[in-house]
Amino acid sequence: MDLPVWQVVRDELRPLGLEIVAVAMDTNGMAAAGPWIDAAKPTYPQLLDPEHSLGALLGIINVPMGVWIDEDGVLVRPAEPCFAPRERGFGLAKLPDDAPQRMKDMLAEAAKLDVDTKIYAAALRDWVRNGKRSRFALSPDEVVSRSAPRPAEVSLAAANFELGQHLHRTGRVDAARPFFRAAHRLQPENWTYKRQAWSMVDPLQGPTEHYDGDWLSDVRKIGAQNYYPKPDM
Amino acid sequence: MILDRLDPTIGEFARATGWELKPEGACQAEICMPLPRNAVRDGRVDVPAVAGALGMALVADEPHSLWALGPVSGGRALSTAVVPEITLPDRDGNPFRIGALKGTKVFLCAWASW
Repeated sequence: MDLPVWQVVRDELRPLGLEIVAVAMDTNGMAAAGPWIDAAKPTYPQLLDPEHSLGALLGIINVPMGVWIDEDGVLVRPAEPCFAPRERGFGLAKLPDDAPQRMKDMLAEAAKLDVDTKIYAAALRDWVRNGKRSRFALSPDEVVSRSAPRPAEVSLAAANFELGQHLHRTGRVDAARPFFRAAHRLQPENWTYKRQAWSMVDPLQGPTEHYDGDWLSDVRKIGAQNYYPKPDM
Repeated sequence: MILDRLDPTIGEFARATGWELKPEGACQAEICMPLPRNAVRDGRVDVPAVAGALGMALVADEPHSLWALGPVSGGRALSTAVVPEITLPDRDGNPFRIGALKGTKVFLCAWASW
């Protein structure tokens, strides 16, 4: 998780007028996100979004994705991948030899994801220092036009996912699954819908009888380079 | 928006969707979209009528008498660059309003444990 990496950036940029807000999109709230937050002990706000409301509000379809908001409460960048400035990209950790083969395969696939760990934080620094003059600060019209298209199917997917989440969180796990499946079918590019539902059955998000897809198969199907929307920076 | 009835108050509707229902239509920031007559009656919202007018999907879970209302469709994820009202709980369960950070630049980053 990138909470400690962003803490370093926050310490650098807070005196220049930036606040970082991390939002955990976890249906199980603190029970799921809490251990990561406790371990990182970040000093910037840590919020929970157990209803995945940022999907409908901002168009977030995978993590990590973020937005920038200026001093007047206006978005200057829409939802886009926000990779932390780590030294290394994804999928390069060393697993023990006796780790499950699926985990090794997932890590190998993650290493192929199109992830630039330098450009986002550099752009963020530029915006914090230069404000509206930064070439990374977009006009309101650009922000709206660069946000993802929202056809009727996406609204229908969101409604199905929200109903599934509500049923799951109120203990009606079996009743939730058809709604999750519908959301997956209607908006296959929404990885928060898929990964959240898969992970509640299997932490490795492998194949189960409940869902048609799984992380490894679905990433291979679309090609790892297409897993994240392309940032335009 | 999860509903247990199809006629919430206009206040409940605004809090859940970010759309305020006014005489001129459904409004968010500087945008207003027209609504059919009788979309609001006695302070209560006719959800199917408003959903149809705004392109919001309405999904029913009849066994549990629940409905879910999707976001406005037909355009982009954002209809305006003004940040929507976002209030989420912090780790102690206290509500935190993103709007309370006005006057500061904010980088909001979504992550997950999964």
